[in-house]
Amino acid sequence: MNETANSRPAQSARAAAAAGVTAARSDALNPARIAIRGLDFFYGTNQALKGINLDLPAQQVTGMIGPSGCGKSTLLRVLNRMYSLYPGQRAEGEVLMDGQNLLAPEIDMNALRSRIGMVFQKPTPFPMSVYDNIAFGVKLHEQLSRSAMDERVEWSLTRAALWDEAKDRLSGSAMGLSGGQQQRLCIARSIAVRPEVILLDEPTSALDPISTLKVEELIDELKRDFTIAIVTHNMQQAARCADQVAFFYLGEMVEVAPAAQLFTAPKQRRTQEYITGRFG
Amino acid sequence: MSGATLTGLPPKDSAAASRLGRRRRRRDRVMTGLAIISTVLGLLFLVSILFTLFWRGLQAMGPQVFTEVTRPPGSGGGLLNAIIGTVIQVGLGTVIGTPVGILVGTYLAEYARGSRLGNAVRFVSDVLLSAPSILIGLFVYQLLVLPFGGFSGIAGAVALAIIIIPIVVRTTEDMLQLIPNTLREAVMGLGSPKWKMITLICYRSVMSGLITGVLLGIARIAGETAPLLFTSLGNLTWSVSLTQAMSSLPLTIYAYAGSPYEDWVSLAWTGALLITVSVLLLNIIARIVLRKA
Amino acid sequence: MQQALSSALPAAHAAPAARRRGGPGGDSVFEWACRLAGVFVLVLLGAIIVELFIGALPAFRRFGLAFVWTELWDPVADEYGALVPIYGTVATAVLAILLAVPMAFGIAFFLTELAPGWLRRPVGTAVELLAAVPSIIFGMWGFFVIVPIMAQVVQPAVIDSVGELPLIGVLFAGPPFGTGILTAALILAVMIIPFVAATMRDVFATVPPVYKESAYGLGATRWEVMRSVVLPYTRTSVVGGIMLGLGRALGETLAVTFVIGNANRVSTTLFGPGNTIASLVALEFGEAGEGSLKLSALLALGFILFVLSFIVLAISRLLLRPRAKGA
Repeated sequence: MNETANSRPAQSARAAAAAGVTAARSDALNPARIAIRGLDFFYGTNQALKGINLDLPAQQVTGMIGPSGCGKSTLLRVLNRMYSLYPGQRAEGEVLMDGQNLLAPEIDMNALRSRIGMVFQKPTPFPMSVYDNIAFGVKLHEQLSRSAMDERVEWSLTRAALWDEAKDRLSGSAMGLSGGQQQRLCIARSIAVRPEVILLDEPTSALDPISTLKVEELIDELKRDFTIAIVTHNMQQAARCADQVAFFYLGEMVEVAPAAQLFTAPKQRRTQEYITGRFG
Repeated sequence: MSGATLTGLPPKDSAAASRLGRRRRRRDRVMTGLAIISTVLGLLFLVSILFTLFWRGLQAMGPQVFTEVTRPPGSGGGLLNAIIGTVIQVGLGTVIGTPVGILVGTYLAEYARGSRLGNAVRFVSDVLLSAPSILIGLFVYQLLVLPFGGFSGIAGAVALAIIIIPIVVRTTEDMLQLIPNTLREAVMGLGSPKWKMITLICYRSVMSGLITGVLLGIARIAGETAPLLFTSLGNLTWSVSLTQAMSSLPLTIYAYAGSPYEDWVSLAWTGALLITVSVLLLNIIARIVLRKA
Repeated sequence: MQQALSSALPAAHAAPAARRRGGPGGDSVFEWACRLAGVFVLVLLGAIIVELFIGALPAFRRFGLAFVWTELWDPVADEYGALVPIYGTVATAVLAILLAVPMAFGIAFFLTELAPGWLRRPVGTAVELLAAVPSIIFGMWGFFVIVPIMAQVVQPAVIDSVGELPLIGVLFAGPPFGTGILTAALILAVMIIPFVAATMRDVFATVPPVYKESAYGLGATRWEVMRSVVLPYTRTSVVGGIMLGLGRALGETLAVTFVIGNANRVSTTLFGPGNTIASLVALEFGEAGEGSLKLSALLALGFILFVLSFIVLAISRLLLRPRAKGA
């Protein structure tokens, strides 16, 4: 995969989206924004991912499913190099974005993480006000005037469908929000940095059904601007949110296909068994 | 969806972002550098202390240190009475203080969870843990030395016992709280009385932790000087009587290090080396015991 | 004496207490033994306060509250005031904290966020071993190693460079003896650095990794994660740890006695000699006869030190408690 093949279609897809052509979910997948090629991952001597090849289509949602310990969360942590924080964890292979290998040692990880945001399983509001939670990430990468920052905070909270609930308590502690609100705050904090890709690691597993529904609607809304990867335990969620679904088992990617196709006509026997609930 | 009013992404200024990124990385490197310098400096202190101790402590080291008692300046002598005095007082202090500490720790972990008395005991014990040891010395002076007519080894041992109690309390409670409740339920489920569950099962399952606590306590009181100044006073002659003033390594070091005689100062360093090496070894053994568990 | 000792042991009370209750066998005996041991700790603290106060009473009667702010300490005239040692205690402890906290923070930052895995345990153990070194050793090391360095290198250099400046110069005036308030504070700082560093490290380790990862996920550097996530998250406990260090510095005796210079006057210069409560008590106790007013004055100093450190340690425990509960 070379640079031109990778970035030009992505840009045209973004242009299409900006022109108001919202991609309806269909079997048609956009060109790749991120291309994973031959990825192996190790925790010490323990291999957690084996030869993964996967494209994340631009401005669409890729769902990753599979039983616990299958490597799907590990894959997310490779994409924004979160694993680099820990000694003994290493990745081999290529993760290509704009023709650049994100696994290369010379990559500026702070800049990389401003392009690839992440939201975790448990809401992680920082111990500061709602406003400062959003501003924290923005200030890392941009110097904005007070009014520009106000705008950015409003923009991101609006995009995260939290503005109406939070606008009167921006200076209150983020710890005072409900769990679902906290999680949307974390999403807002992530998109306020204006990443190109958002990684969601089981973002609704700690939430009640109503909050879950709101986050799912939000994901649908966000993909107009962002490329999204979501790890989930919940197959209905994958079916509802994802354009493309990848099934992982024991560190290998068993199958990847457009969502409708994977859930109705899986090609692999193990996929079939998993989605019909025979294991995992 | 309210987000529909504000679509699209604000434009991104990548040049400004990378300028900012450079500045942030520089600050990160500066702070990292300062943290590393702090750590190196901290380790240097330890190395400097150990180096000084070995350098000056080995000069007067020899068999006479362990076989002869302290003598007047210029006539040789060793530290035998001081070593024996320390062993007696630390040993006795440990024997008195440990059972009390274990009982208090047991009370806090097994009986007092959340009770007002328990919280008060925990709080006071934690305050005593860091209370100035000189005050313990003054207290025992008032309690045992003044009314009973003089400085004594037993008073020194009691002062050390008071210091070791909160240390043992802390480790005992912490260790007992690590035991999962399922174990307790399993034992109680067999119809065992609670005290048997605690003494036969709980203590045994955290034995290495309890031993670690006692070892750390011994290490702490072995080097204590201030409380002994007012209780066992120190004694430059041979005496193992618990009712007489008693010698100890820290007190002898204190007296000798401040003296104008070169051979005494030298012997003080030897004593300092002995006590420090023992204390550090006890600490290391305590760690090994805990890690093996 | 043996009797006094055994009556201090709660286990001796336990059996009769249990019998009075008529508890069925071992269970109530053991529970009461434990409870009495707990009560004994409370009694112990009360007894320390009472005994110190009783001993201090003659001095308090004679000098009244003015004892606290009287500068004079004159054993010949039998007149005593506590201002000099109180000043020395607070000045050395506060200076020590100012010197120790940045370094302790640096070490804790290094140990929790920066050090590669293989380095964490040995460096962490070394820091804990430094904390285990007896205080008298710090005193000797300070007297024989640091004092000469202060006298020959640090103090002359400081006097030459800032000694002439207005205002600040006053702090660094005087002959370079090497001993004094600043040297004592320096030794105290070295002593409490490992305590504060170890507490901070333990407190930092309680921050759930996912919070740190969230900040890293936004592109924050390690320092930014420390400053903006870890520190705000652990603020109270960090202050509690610092207070714990302050409590230790206030009551430290031998490390200070060797290097403070032992002078009973308030000096404005940091190079000047002084005294702390603990060092004065340790140094002059031997010359205070039984029943003398001087002994009472020394016990009064002890009482004041008790009040000072109790307040500091109590605050420290209250701030550190949420962490203990969460564990």
